[in-house]
Amino acid sequence: MYLPCPVVQNIKVSCTSWKCALEDVAWIISAPAYHLILEGILILWIIRLLFSKTYKLQERSDLTVKEKEELIEEWQPEPLVPPVSGDHPALNYNVVSGPPSHNIVVNGKKCVNFASFNFLGLLDDPRVKAAALVSLRKYGVGTCGPRGFYGTFDVHLDLEDRLAKFMQTEEAIIYSYGFATIASAIPAYSKRGDIVFVDRAACFAIQKGLQASRSDIQLFKHNDMADLERLLKEQEIEDQKNPRKARVTRRFIVVEGLYMNTGTICPLPELVKLKYKYKARIFLEESLSFGVLGEHGRGVTEHFGISIDDIDLISANMENSLASIGGFCCGRSFVIDHQRLSGQGYCFSASLPPLLAAAAIEALNIMEENPGIFSVLREKCKRIHKALQGISGLKVVGESFSPAFHLQLQESTGSREDDVKLLQEIVNHCMDRSIALTQARYLEKEEKCLPPPSIRVVVTVEQTDEELERAARTIKEVAQAVLL
Amino acid sequence: MLTPICSSNLFSTETLLPATARVHHVTQNGGLYKKPFNEAFEETPMLVAVLTYVGYGVLTLFGYLRDFLRHWRIEKCHHATERKEQQDFVSLYQDFENFYTRNLYMRIRDNWNRPICSVPGARVDIMERQSHDYNWSFKYTGNIIKGVINMGSYNYLGFARNTGSCQEAAAKVLEEYGVGVCSTRQEIGNLDKHEELEKLVASFLGVEAAMAYGMGFATNSMNIPALVGKGCLILSDELNHASLVLGARLSGATIRIFKHNNMQSLEKLLKDAIVYGQPRTRRPWKKILILVEGIYSMEGSIVRLPEVIALKKKYKAYLYLDEAHSIGALGPTGRGVVDYFGLDPEDVDVMMGTFTKSFGASGGYIGGKKELIDYLRTHSHSAVYATSLSPPVVEQIVTSMKCIMGQDGTTLGKECIQQLAENTRYFRRRLKEMGFIIYGNEDSPVVPLMLYMPAKIGAFGREMLKRNIGVVVVGFPATPIIESRARFCLSAAHTKEILDTALKEIDEVGDLLQLKYSRHRLVPLLDRPFDETTYEETED
Repeated sequence: MYLPCPVVQNIKVSCTSWKCALEDVAWIISAPAYHLILEGILILWIIRLLFSKTYKLQERSDLTVKEKEELIEEWQPEPLVPPVSGDHPALNYNVVSGPPSHNIVVNGKKCVNFASFNFLGLLDDPRVKAAALVSLRKYGVGTCGPRGFYGTFDVHLDLEDRLAKFMQTEEAIIYSYGFATIASAIPAYSKRGDIVFVDRAACFAIQKGLQASRSDIQLFKHNDMADLERLLKEQEIEDQKNPRKARVTRRFIVVEGLYMNTGTICPLPELVKLKYKYKARIFLEESLSFGVLGEHGRGVTEHFGISIDDIDLISANMENSLASIGGFCCGRSFVIDHQRLSGQGYCFSASLPPLLAAAAIEALNIMEENPGIFSVLREKCKRIHKALQGISGLKVVGESFSPAFHLQLQESTGSREDDVKLLQEIVNHCMDRSIALTQARYLEKEEKCLPPPSIRVVVTVEQTDEELERAARTIKEVAQAVLL
Repeated sequence: MLTPICSSNLFSTETLLPATARVHHVTQNGGLYKKPFNEAFEETPMLVAVLTYVGYGVLTLFGYLRDFLRHWRIEKCHHATERKEQQDFVSLYQDFENFYTRNLYMRIRDNWNRPICSVPGARVDIMERQSHDYNWSFKYTGNIIKGVINMGSYNYLGFARNTGSCQEAAAKVLEEYGVGVCSTRQEIGNLDKHEELEKLVASFLGVEAAMAYGMGFATNSMNIPALVGKGCLILSDELNHASLVLGARLSGATIRIFKHNNMQSLEKLLKDAIVYGQPRTRRPWKKILILVEGIYSMEGSIVRLPEVIALKKKYKAYLYLDEAHSIGALGPTGRGVVDYFGLDPEDVDVMMGTFTKSFGASGGYIGGKKELIDYLRTHSHSAVYATSLSPPVVEQIVTSMKCIMGQDGTTLGKECIQQLAENTRYFRRRLKEMGFIIYGNEDSPVVPLMLYMPAKIGAFGREMLKRNIGVVVVGFPATPIIESRARFCLSAAHTKEILDTALKEIDEVGDLLQLKYSRHRLVPLLDRPFDETTYEETED
């Protein structure tokens, strides 16, 4: 049924465009009634929706204010820290009175020091002390700022220069804390989505660096190149499945020169071969091997005769052979310069106190003037290593030329706690007999692959042959008394 | 128009803000504050913001142009490249990651990493460097710019000295003990000096026990993971330092961020956390740890400690206070932000701080109850794996701390603290009078002066050095992109003459570079819009 619209029908149109428009209007208004009513209702509905209040899609919950308050009242947190029992083995530290040098006074007892990492005996060297004193008189103690904000001293630039020259690399960068060196270096390069192949026996600092980097971690068995190759091959197969992703995924291999936890050396020549075959970069942590291995003390690369450019980054701390504080990384400028803006421990921390840097420079001078010192150290290591073979109940773990090695129980009692107690008894008896030793300390719950409990023996150039013999004899006797 | 809210209208002559802009919080929050808390962050003028974005836009365009030219070898490429043998390895850096470094940072790189060759006291000697290739490489001319006024080093109480009792004591200990320690605290690196230091720190702070570490950054990143773990909640301030952020991430706990110094934001997070529990499983949280700093070094703001403690007590959370900048610098006796507000140190569960700033040494400490310290002695990463503090550094801390406490028989400590407070008020007042936009709390010795535009960052640093004043300028990424600033660190070693010289030069440079943006329109912190959208949750 058509609704007649006399008004429209009676309008006289002169030009054609007006006529067309009016014809259109006529057509619309001459539509069926139900159609117009439906359209009218829809338009009204849209207007209503546009003006109605919006409601949140995520209605959190129906809890009333009173219920919330009750929940807040009831909630009890755990204590901030769990209680520590009074006889926790690590609670009471040994107190060293005076300097921790060759003749050390521990808990009131005078001992010969077989526990401090003072490999080259530079801790109480008068030249090092004199250089540090000169620096103290010129600069005071602290630097009062990070490297970016007036915390860069000429001493720092000097030390970086000297380290780069010593290691025969393009550039070096120093950190104010040994632990922070590798823990800041790894996350500066390796990010989420990258892959890192790391040895199981890697030290805690490396583990923290890897955790901070959020990369994909693949552990390979300690010093097992076949296992590493297997992992690399598996990764290669993955890459072929997804070549686009493979083109942006960086790969790194992180190893230590001389492992702190086992005293063994890494097979660097095979690693370099794997590097070029599978295109992974090598980061080498040389805290224990810097100033120990190699003809001039340049570490494991010199020991094996490998060109230092083959290693992308070498990181070491200055707290062992150089007897100072801090750490450094060295390598090509292309790699090292990046850390000046991305190394967290470098940018956001105060720089190394100048007296410590001056001490490190003097220590480097001594190392360069005395290259014979390294073979002397290796001789002493071999000597005591041989002398400690065949102790009933204890086995020597580590290379014969490693200055820091471990004595582990040949047969464990079954519980780690009892093992630790047994070893501590041995250590205490040795201290009573003037040989200062210590157990290797770990955070049992935090380590990825917890090494077995052990006694750490450290060799320094200051120990005379007679002291080495006496130490070996003492350990033998004490072990026999305690373990049998 | 803002009217003073407090009932006792103490319009002291020192605060110069016009009465209409001042906001007193004395009677708010049930009288938690014992004295006026004056903190203000002036709004960025609209024109300045627009021009800053335009500036960055122009720089970005030129950056793309230069990258293009470098790629097609039209322009010489200065930066180091990968080895030939490793060209087919996956590239070590993403091109875009370094876009900012290559094209913006490089242009004004001479304002940072300026090498010095004297003690970083009130005046310092800077080694002159020149660059002939637009800052890609520097050469030392051999000249030394002597006597530059040092407004950049963190030397709040003036203990960065190479003469005096601290230095002599440190020299004696160096002769006796040497420089290194070569072992960790739990093995054989725990010297009697360390025990002495820890007892002193505990008595200085007014806590039961304390523990000292070799690096301030590492104190945070190694101890927060020992205190909290999975199943715990960390509520961290928006502008916390990188070390706190790293420590929180390494711990594995859930991290939620509340707006800077905003107590409503914090309270909402606390309420929601306890009421709704862990996401998805709805289990209750094991513990809640609030991470705040005493003074925030980029904003110059002081944490609202009375309110934080009130909230912490109400919701049974734990408080971790990082006093890196505030220890020694705030408070009538120099005991930090707790002393400044007149609160009880026992209310703060974990008091952390560093020795780098006010004590002229290096390292960090944590103080608290005996159970806490016993736990850290056995479980802290630093005690097990990291070398302990060097003995001469320990001696410097011990001597300077005794001086601040007045135990060395002189009043030098007290004088330094007073001098710093006076310097702070004077400097801030004069800068505000000149018309600069200054952020932060009136009592904070960290004074950020807003620059905004990227070109002014470089210009300010260079002009000030020409006038023999060394300043620190900061831009993105340490600050939000349009809020670049110059940051002055005041020191008790600055005399009034030095400050007046500096102020005169800053005035001149301010006129030259048109930095006087202030319209005295101050936005008090509480009125900053707090939107109802909830927190960001970061879970590893």
